[in-house]
This record gives sequence, structure tokens and C-alpha cells, in this order.
Amino acid sequence: MNAVEKVDVLVVGSGFGGAIAAYHLAAGGASVTVLERGPWLEGEDFDHDFKLGSSYTRIFDFVVGDGMSLLGGNCVGGGSVVYFAAMPRAPRFVFERHGSIGRRMWPAAITRDALDPWYDRVTESLPVTRQDWSDVTYSGGLFAAACAHAGRTANPVPVAIDASKCTNCNWMMAGCRFDAKRSLLFNYLPAAIAHGATIRPMHEVQKLTRNADGGYRVHFNIIDDSDYRITAGDGVIDAKIVILAAGAGATPVILQRSEPELGTMPHAVGRYFSGNGERLNTAILNEDRVRDLLGLEKADGVPYAASQIGKGPCVASWDRLDGSRPEYTRYSLEQLYFPPGFGTILAQVPDATGPSWFGAEKKEIVKRWQSWLTIFAMTEDDNEGVFGPPPPTGNATRISQQMLGKGPIRYDPTPNTLRGWALADADVKDIMERDGLSRVMPWTNDVVGAYTVHPLASCRIGDDPATSALDDGHELRGHPGIFVTDGSAVPGALTVNPALTIAALAERAMPGIVRAARERGIDVTYGAPAPDGATSARNAVLALVRD
Amino acid sequence: MQPDITDEQHQTMTLEAFADTIVPGEKRFPGDVAVAGAAPGGGAVAAGALALLADPATGIANDLGAFADLLNEHARKYIAEHGLTTDPALPPLVGLSFAHRTTLIQQLTGPDHPEKEFWILVALFSNMAFDTGAHLHTADAMAAGHPGLAAMGFARPGPDGLWRFPDYSYGRPLANLHPSTTASGSPS
Repeated sequence: MNAVEKVDVLVVGSGFGGAIAAYHLAAGGASVTVLERGPWLEGEDFDHDFKLGSSYTRIFDFVVGDGMSLLGGNCVGGGSVVYFAAMPRAPRFVFERHGSIGRRMWPAAITRDALDPWYDRVTESLPVTRQDWSDVTYSGGLFAAACAHAGRTANPVPVAIDASKCTNCNWMMAGCRFDAKRSLLFNYLPAAIAHGATIRPMHEVQKLTRNADGGYRVHFNIIDDSDYRITAGDGVIDAKIVILAAGAGATPVILQRSEPELGTMPHAVGRYFSGNGERLNTAILNEDRVRDLLGLEKADGVPYAASQIGKGPCVASWDRLDGSRPEYTRYSLEQLYFPPGFGTILAQVPDATGPSWFGAEKKEIVKRWQSWLTIFAMTEDDNEGVFGPPPPTGNATRISQQMLGKGPIRYDPTPNTLRGWALADADVKDIMERDGLSRVMPWTNDVVGAYTVHPLASCRIGDDPATSALDDGHELRGHPGIFVTDGSAVPGALTVNPALTIAALAERAMPGIVRAARERGIDVTYGAPAPDGATSARNAVLALVRD
Repeated sequence: MQPDITDEQHQTMTLEAFADTIVPGEKRFPGDVAVAGAAPGGGAVAAGALALLADPATGIANDLGAFADLLNEHARKYIAEHGLTTDPALPPLVGLSFAHRTTLIQQLTGPDHPEKEFWILVALFSNMAFDTGAHLHTADAMAAGHPGLAAMGFARPGPDGLWRFPDYSYGRPLANLHPSTTASGSPS
């Protein structure tokens, strides 16, 4: 009989929550293994190709639930490889939100001021940079000009992109071919590996069980390289500490599946899911009005017709991120790009006489695709998502060989959420239809329900055991030694892109997790510099974490 | 009256009629009955919807026969309910006019239909055939003049099959920044 493999720390998932934990723990001296359910791709592996089986279907996960569909990463580097790298900090009022529980839902210890030093750490590590107007794409510029025309402000968003390498190809969702996106493949993950961490792709964790020594046994399946529906093997690893960072669509499912053997899970595991209040609108521009109203013209003399060009979101309007406004009425509006497929199917025909999302009229608007502008609203939803019983394996019953599956999430938007969406839709209409600039319709929720590219809060931190699964140190209540550091730990919608906040929370959790590891006999210390050796942000937080 | 149609043709024509309702196109040849000819230019069928649906990667390739049978069952009911007369030699869905096909597929994909999930799946892949040509390498599809990507004005890749846009920006400030923007460029 083979001995079971043992490590100090087992990390589930290699996105922000997993990579940051793996780096700090490995750099501090712990033995660390990372299990990642998706493949390990980099550089030239990232295809400019819509063919099923190319990189975008290999590294993306699209889970259709009941009333909500989730998009997420499925690869080494997780969301950081597939996302658009927009990295704003969450506005101050977000941390004061009450949401559905009638009192502040964030832990008392966390405010914007308290999180800023941790935001700084991530900003230094990736790095995140401010964009200049010369970095802003035609679509971002068009949105900015439309905002200005409507008396609004608009900002270039901070990003984790190396502008000197970016070709504005807009294939970011398939992974960056040009190494311009500063994903985790370029910072935390290689630094973790340099410190001895091991990353195993195509290893999908199914459940945890407890060992007699107080540690955990992690049970995984090995997934076939091309047909993800096929299990090619399985195994277990024992660990003194487990960091769950499988993403908000998967972490609660692993815990639910573990419940029969681990014992009762906190009530909030698989509840309070937030889709970050997300909502999309498509504007179909009148090119003449773009020239006449906004004075815009490209080098080729055409006013716009450039929806294909760019690097995801470049410009956001933050006029409604006003803490004095009532909860559920605050949101940001961000120019966005989705490639055809994702970006076309749910778009609706303005004034349709027949079906709004398919048919002859839809074909006519699709033919004007280069004049489309997608506007992304991130509102305050009500944490109304609930996970049903887990599927037999993974976080979804896979339909296609890759990417597409049916998941257990149920999401029935409350009047608060619906009101936020309606306000955001009306605002987009006001900005984009003013003086005949364009025609706007929201994406339909009738096809795959609502949708989110930023699943959050399904296993959240908080001070109240009744409404949070984790304490403010990210430890799972009642299950010492299990920590959750991914988007599921975020208490609720952030009104902006959440990646920087997820990462900052993971950074903030690390000193406590290192302490817990030491208490379990792991020889590990906290205090690693940024992955590239920079120390200013590390030095700034050391003062906060010293006893 | 059509000559005898094999089961395979029956299935193909039915799925073509479905895909053509999602993204309609012009008839491919005189007497084309599966494609209704409801829109100019190639639609989902010309874009390769059948090839995409039959791609094992979709995960539904083995179910297409059952889908076609079920579609025709729904079409038969629809014909009876509406008292329509259709060519008995054609698969029932194919016998319907474009307007009736559209109404039927609106019902099947509507929020309350019990089979909504898989009709939406077939609709999504029909759409993707047109919008992305997901059964083909995109550079090859572009070179071959894929009707969907061409209709959308999707730009051609460079000689190495990759896309780059050296001209990408209006290059000037186009709005005032939010007054509370922090030094890091974030909302306050």
C-alpha cells in the first residue's frame, strides 16, 4: 500500500486567492501544493481562435444555473488569465453596506482605509497601473465622450496590463498571446514555484475529509485534457492546512459535498451568493451622430466602427458611486468588450416586432456589430443566490467537452436588485441615446437568466456566524484549518470590478493564515516581499501585522 | 411534392430549419425548403450550423436525431392547433412558414417552456455558427469568407493568423475625471 502524500498546505485553485496564498506560504518556508482543475497554458498556447477546443474553451467555464449563469476561469492562474484586468479599488461606501441582513455585512475590522495597504501590496505585485487617455481605446473614448456629452464624468480605469506589449487585439478572454496582461502567470505563481510550491493542473478537488491528527485529506479527480467530462484518475493528499480558492462558483460546492464527513457547515456556505449586481447593455451607434455630436473620427476617417479593437474595459463612469445615495441605487458603468458569441447572443433588438434575441431583426443588428458599444453596469444586488445540492463531481454537470455546464446555483432577483438594474439601464439609455447617438437595449435575462463574470460571496467573511461562513481571518467557522481566500469570501457586490479587492483580502488574510500554520507545527514565517522583490508595500503592512 | 426523404435528410432539414429561424439566410438553391429565405445573405445554415451542432465538442452531437424528432412532434402539434395545411412530404417543422417557425421556436425557448434548456442550447450553437464559426479555425473561416464573420465586418488577422490593431485610440482626453478620483486612479 502506498503512503498517502503529505504537504503542509494544500491550496485548491490557482486564481488570485490560491496564488497569493501559495506564494506567501511557500516563500515563508511551508511545503505547498496547488491543485488546479484546469489546464496550464501560457504565451503561445493562447489562441486567437473561436474554434471549440482552442484556448478560450479550455480556460473558461460557463455554468448555467437557474436564474443565473456564471463565467469564470478554468486554468492555472484562474480568473487572472481570462479576465480583462480592470483593477479599481472598491469605493468606501461598499464596506458600509448592509445588504440583505439589515446591519453592516463586512467584518468590523475591514474598511476601505484598513484595506488600502493590502490594495497597495497587490498593486505593487502585479503591478496595477493608471491608464492615460492615450491608452484608451476607441470604444473607451467613445463612452467617455458620450458621458461628457451627457454632463457626466468618466475615468480611464486602472489595469494590470503592460501597455508596451498590448496589441489591442481584444482576445484577452482567450488568454493573452502577447504577455501584456499581467496575470498571475507573471508574478505570484512563478514566485511561488521558485520557493518550491508545486502546481498540478487538471486536478479537480471534490471534497475534504478530516484526519485523526486534525489535518485534512483532500480528494481530487484528474480531468481528461480535452474532454473535461471524463475523469482520468483520482487521488488524495493530506495537508495540515487547506486553502480553498476554487472560485465563488466552486468553493461552496466542495464544502457542501464534504459536509457528510466533515460535519455541519456554517449556514452561509452556498448562500448569500452575489453576481456583483451585473448587467449589460448594448448600444448600437449612429456613426454620423458620433461624428456630429462628439466630434470623433478615427485615423481612417470613420467616426467609430471599432468595437473589435481594444483590451476590454478602458473607461468607467463613477458618478453614481456616491455614498450619500441610498443602498441599491449606486453603481458604476463601464465600457466593455465581449467577443462575438458571448457578446452577441444575449443582445436584444431595439423596438423588435418579433423575437428580440434571434431572427431576422437580430441578424440586421449583428451586421452592425462594429458599431456596437457594450456598457457594463455593476450594481448592488441582494446576495440572493443559493446553491442547491452539489452535482456528482466538480461544480457543474458538464454538457460540452469544455466550458459549458449546468450548475446548482439558483438566483431569483429581489425588488432591490431589479431596481438597481432598472436604474442603471435607464442611466445607460440617458447617456447613450441622448440626441440620437445610439439605440440601447439591455441583454436579455430570459435565455440563460442573469449572468455574472464576477461571482462573489457564496462563502463569505463577516462577524455574524448566522450570515457569514468565515470569520474575519477567512477561517471556516467550526472547521479550524480550512481557509477560504477567493471571491466567495467577499461579503457582497462591490459596484466595481472585484479582482483587486479579492486579491487584497487574500493578502490581508495571509499573516493570520501563517500564524495558524505555525500553531499547527508548520515552520513558516510571514514577510515575503512582492514577487519581484519589491518591498515598499510589504514594509508598509508589516507594521500593521506585528503584535 | 419532394422525392422520398431519407431519415438522415429529414433530420438535417429539420435542424436546418431550426437554425435558419435563429439566424435566417437566403435560399441556397432554387427549391430550398429548409432555409426559408427570410433574410438576405447567408444565415446560420450557410455559416455551418449543422457542422457545429455535429461537432462532438458541443456535447449534443449524439442527441441531434432525438432533437429533430422532438421538434417535428412540436411542429405537428402546432400545425394541428392552428389548423394549418403543410406539405406532408416535408418534415413538419420544414413545412411551416418562417413566421410560424419563429412563433413555435419562441414558445420552445420561452421562460416557461419545460424543454427550454435544450432548445436554447441548440439556439446558442446556431447563433455561434454565425457569430463565431466555432466549428472552424477563425483565421481559416475568415480566409474562406465565412458569411457570419464577414457580415459582422470582423477584421482580418495578420499574416501570422493573429490580430493586432496599431491604431486603437482617439488619443485625447474625452471627459472630465470624477472629482474624487484617488491617486491610484480608483474611486474614493
